Amino acid sequence: MNFLQFSFYLFSAILVVAASLVVTVRNPVKAALYLVLAFFSAACIWLTLEAEFLAIVLVLVYVGAVMVLFLFVVMMLDIDVARLREGFTQYLPAGLVIAGVMVAELAVVMLSGRFGLDAIPRPVGRGVDYSNTRELGLVLYTDYVYAFEIAALILLVAIIAAISLTFRRRGGTNVQVIADQLQVTKADRLRIVKMTSEKTDGGKGP
Amino acid sequence: MELVYLLIPLACLGAAVTVGFLGSVVGRVATHTIAIAGVAISFLLSIIVAVDVSQGHHFNGALYTWGQSGGVVFTVGFLIDELTAVMMVVVTFVSLMVHVYTIGYMAEDPGYTRFFSYIGLFTFAMLMLVMANNFLQLFFGWEAVGLVSYLLIGFWYQRESAIFANLKAFLVNRVGDLGFLLGIAGVLFLFGSLDYATVFAAAPEKQAVTLLSPMGHEWQWITLICLLLFVGAMGKSAQVPLHVWLPDSMEGPTPISALIHAATMVTAGIFMVARMSPLFELSETARSVVLVIGALTALLMALVGLVQTDIKRVVAYSTLSQLGYMTVALGASAYSVAIFHLTTHAFFKALLFLGAGAVIIALHHEQDMRKMGGLRRALPITYGTCIIGSLALAGVPPFAGFFSKDAIIEAVGHATIPGAGLTYVAVLIGVFVTALYSFRLIFMVFHGERATDMDEAHSVSEPGWVVTFPLIALAIPSVVAGVILVEPVLSGGLFANAITEPAVAAGSHTTAGSMLLHGFGAWPFWLAIAGVIAAWVLYCAKPRWPSEIASRFAPIYGVLQKKYGFDEFYQCVFMWGSRHLGEHLWHKGDVKWIDGMMVNGTANLVGRLAEIIRHLQSGYIYHYAFAMIIGLVVAMSWHLWV
Amino acid sequence: MIPLSHYLVLSGILFALSVVGIFLNRKNIVILLMAIELLLLSANINFVAFSHYLGDMSGQVFVFFILTVAAAEASIGLAILIIVFRNRQSINVQDLGSLRG
Repeated sequence: MNFLQFSFYLFSAILVVAASLVVTVRNPVKAALYLVLAFFSAACIWLTLEAEFLAIVLVLVYVGAVMVLFLFVVMMLDIDVARLREGFTQYLPAGLVIAGVMVAELAVVMLSGRFGLDAIPRPVGRGVDYSNTRELGLVLYTDYVYAFEIAALILLVAIIAAISLTFRRRGGTNVQVIADQLQVTKADRLRIVKMTSEKTDGGKGP
Repeated sequence: MELVYLLIPLACLGAAVTVGFLGSVVGRVATHTIAIAGVAISFLLSIIVAVDVSQGHHFNGALYTWGQSGGVVFTVGFLIDELTAVMMVVVTFVSLMVHVYTIGYMAEDPGYTRFFSYIGLFTFAMLMLVMANNFLQLFFGWEAVGLVSYLLIGFWYQRESAIFANLKAFLVNRVGDLGFLLGIAGVLFLFGSLDYATVFAAAPEKQAVTLLSPMGHEWQWITLICLLLFVGAMGKSAQVPLHVWLPDSMEGPTPISALIHAATMVTAGIFMVARMSPLFELSETARSVVLVIGALTALLMALVGLVQTDIKRVVAYSTLSQLGYMTVALGASAYSVAIFHLTTHAFFKALLFLGAGAVIIALHHEQDMRKMGGLRRALPITYGTCIIGSLALAGVPPFAGFFSKDAIIEAVGHATIPGAGLTYVAVLIGVFVTALYSFRLIFMVFHGERATDMDEAHSVSEPGWVVTFPLIALAIPSVVAGVILVEPVLSGGLFANAITEPAVAAGSHTTAGSMLLHGFGAWPFWLAIAGVIAAWVLYCAKPRWPSEIASRFAPIYGVLQKKYGFDEFYQCVFMWGSRHLGEHLWHKGDVKWIDGMMVNGTANLVGRLAEIIRHLQSGYIYHYAFAMIIGLVVAMSWHLWV
Repeated sequence: MIPLSHYLVLSGILFALSVVGIFLNRKNIVILLMAIELLLLSANINFVAFSHYLGDMSGQVFVFFILTVAAAEASIGLAILIIVFRNRQSINVQDLGSLRG
C-alpha cells in the first residue's frame, strides 16, 4: 500500500461519510458545512489524479462561492426545521432499496474487469514540469472555445435571472428618471392663463 | 316463330301491367276485357305452338343475355318441346277459364282490377317458369309465382286470417326454396353451367362423382343435387312435411284456389322434377325418397280430407293427395305419367274448385258443408259438372282421372326401388279414400235435406253464364282428356324428346281400350266403386253413422282433425323457438354483452383506469422526482439484464 | 495501484447517497439542492478519473463546464427558493401542491 492508495482510500472514506451526513443531519447549516467537507475531500482526490486546476477551481468556486451562497440563504430564511422532519423515515426503506439496487448494478458493471488494471492501466505520473493548467488552457481555447463562450453566456443568464427574480423595488423613494426629464415639453411645465387687465387711475401708488 | 314464343308470356304481362296501373281509370268492363284478351291471346298462341311442336319443331335458345360472371352466362331463353307445350296449354287454358269466372265471382269486390292484374302477372310468371331453358329463369319463375301467390292469398288483406295464411305460405315456400337454391348451386358447381342442355348432356358422366360427407360417407353429387331440388318441389308442390301452407291458402278467393293451388303453381314442382328427369334417373336414392314422400302425402292427406267441413278445405286436401300421386309417379320413374296426371288433374280439380266457388256464391259466401244440402235442384249445372269432376277425381272410367291414376298405380307396381311396396299399398288405399271424400262432398252438398238454418229469404239460384261457362268448359276435358292422351303418353313417347325415362315395361296396357278392359279387373276400379258406395251409405242412407263412427274412433278422429299436429309442431318448435332465440339474443347478446360490456364496459374501464392513474399527478414534485429516479433504475436494470 | 473501477465505484456510491438524500429530504428544498450538488460531484469524479486514465483532456474540460452550470443552477435555485419563502413563509414542499392534477 503506497501513499497514493492510502490517500485515495482516506479521502474516499471522508467523502462518503461527509456525503451521508449531508443528507441526514437535522440542522441545515451543519449540512452545508458537511457538504463543504465533502467538496474538500473530492478536491484532494482530484489532486491525486493530476487534475490540479480543477481541484483548485472546485475549492474556489464551489466551496468559496456556491456553498457560501447556500449558507447565506439558509441563515437568512426562517425555516421551521421541526415540521420539515415529519415523515423523514417514511420513504427510507424504499430509498435504501433503490439506492442499493443502483449501487449493486453499478458495481456489477464497474467491477466486471473491463475497467480493471489489465484493461486500463494507470498511466505513469507526469514529470515536475507538467502544468495541468496549461494543458487545459491549450484545449479549452482552441477545440472547445465555442462551448467556453456559451458557458460564459450561461453564467450571464444566471446572473440576470437571479436578479430579476429577487429584485424588489421599494416604494417611497424619489429617483431621477433622466429619460423622462429630457422628454418634457413646454406644455407640461407652463400654463398661460388669460386675464383681463384691471384699470387703475394714473398708476399712482400709495 | 320466336316472336310467338315471346308474345305468349308478354301478352299476359302487358295485360297485367296495364290493368294494374290503369284499372281504376278505365273501369271494370275495360279491365276484364283487357285481361281476358291478354290471356286469350296467350292461349291461342299456345295452341299454335303445341301444334307446331307436335310436328317436330323444337326450340332451345337464348333470347337475351342477362349477365356474365366468371365463365357462366346467365340468359333469358326458351326451351319449347312437348313438355313445355303441354304445360303452356294447360296453364293458359285454366287461366283463361279462371279469368272468365272471376268476372262473376268477384263482381262485388272492390279489388276487382287488382285481382285481374295479379292473375295476369301469375300467368306470366308461370309461363316463364315452364318455358325456361336454364335454371336461373326457372328460379325466377319459381319465386315470382310464390310472390303472386302470397299477394293473392292475402288478397283480402284486412282479414287477419288471410295475412296469417299468406305469410305462412311464403315462409314455408321459402324453406323449400332454400333447398332449391342449394340444388341450383350444386348444379352450377358440378356442371359449371346453368343451361339445361349443357347439364343434361353432361349428366351421365358425372354420375360417379362423389363427395365426402363429414361423417365419412361417400355421397353421390347427383343424389345430393336431386334431393335438394326435390326439397324445392316439396315446398312448392306441398308435399309432407312442407304441405301446411296449402289448406290455409284457401283464405284467398276461390278463383285463385282453382288457378294457383290446384292446376298450376303447385304443379310447378312436379313439372320441375319431370324436367330434371335426366338427373333423377341417375340417382336411385333420390327416386326412393320422392316415392316415399309422395306416398305419405297421398295417403295421409286424403285421410284428413275425410274429416273436413269446409267445402274448400276438402278440395284442398284432395289437391294435396293428388299431388302426392303425381310425386309417386315421378318416384317410380314414370315422369310422363306424372305429367299426364298433372294435366287431367288440372282440369278436374279446377272444375271442382270453381264448382265449390259457384256453390259458395250461390249461398252468399257460405262455406260450411254442414249448412248445405239438397242443392241439386237449385244448381243443376253446377251439380252436373261437379259430378263429372268427382267421377274423374275418384278414377271411375272412362273419365280422365281413371287413365292417369291407373297408369300411376301400374307404374308403382312395376317399380323395384326401395319403398315401392309400401307405396303401392298406400296409393291403393288412397283410391278408396279419394272416392269416399269426393262423393262425401257431393252427397253432403247436393243431396239430402236442405239444412234448416239456411235463410229462406235468400233465394238460391244458379249463378250467371260467366260462372257456369268455365265449369262446362273444364268439364269437357275432364271427360275426354284421358281417352285422348293416354296412348300418346304411355306408348307413343309423347314426351320422348323432353323426358328421360325407362321404356314402359312390355305387356303393359297402353291403349285406351286395353286400359279400360284391364281396369275393370284390377283393384283400383273396385276400390273406387267401393268408395262411392260407402259415401252413399254414410251420407245418404244412414246419415247418423258418420258421427257414430267418429265417436267410436275418437282418437283417430282427433288426430285427423288436428291434421297430425304439423301446424302445432311448427308453431311450437320453429316459431316459438326462433322468437325466443331472438329475444334471448337480444337480452343477453345485445343488451348485456354488446351494449353493457363491450360498449359501456370499455368506457367504464377507461374511466376506472383513469381514476387509478390520476393519482400519479399528485402535484408534489418529489413524487415526480421519485418517479424519475425509479425510472432511471429500471432503465439501468433493463440495459444490464435484458 | 488503484484500478479505475475503484474511482467509478466511489462515484456510484456518491450518486446513491444523493438519491437517498432526495428520498429522505423531499420536504426541505435546501437540503434537496445540496443533494443535487452531490449528484453533480459524483459525475465530476467520474469524468476526472476517466480523463486521467485515458489521458484525454476532454474529461476535464467537461468538468469545467459542469461546474459552471452547477453554479448557475444553484444560484437560480436559491433565488427561486427565496421568492417562494417570501410568498409563502415556508419552504415545505407539502405546501406547494398547486400542480395537483
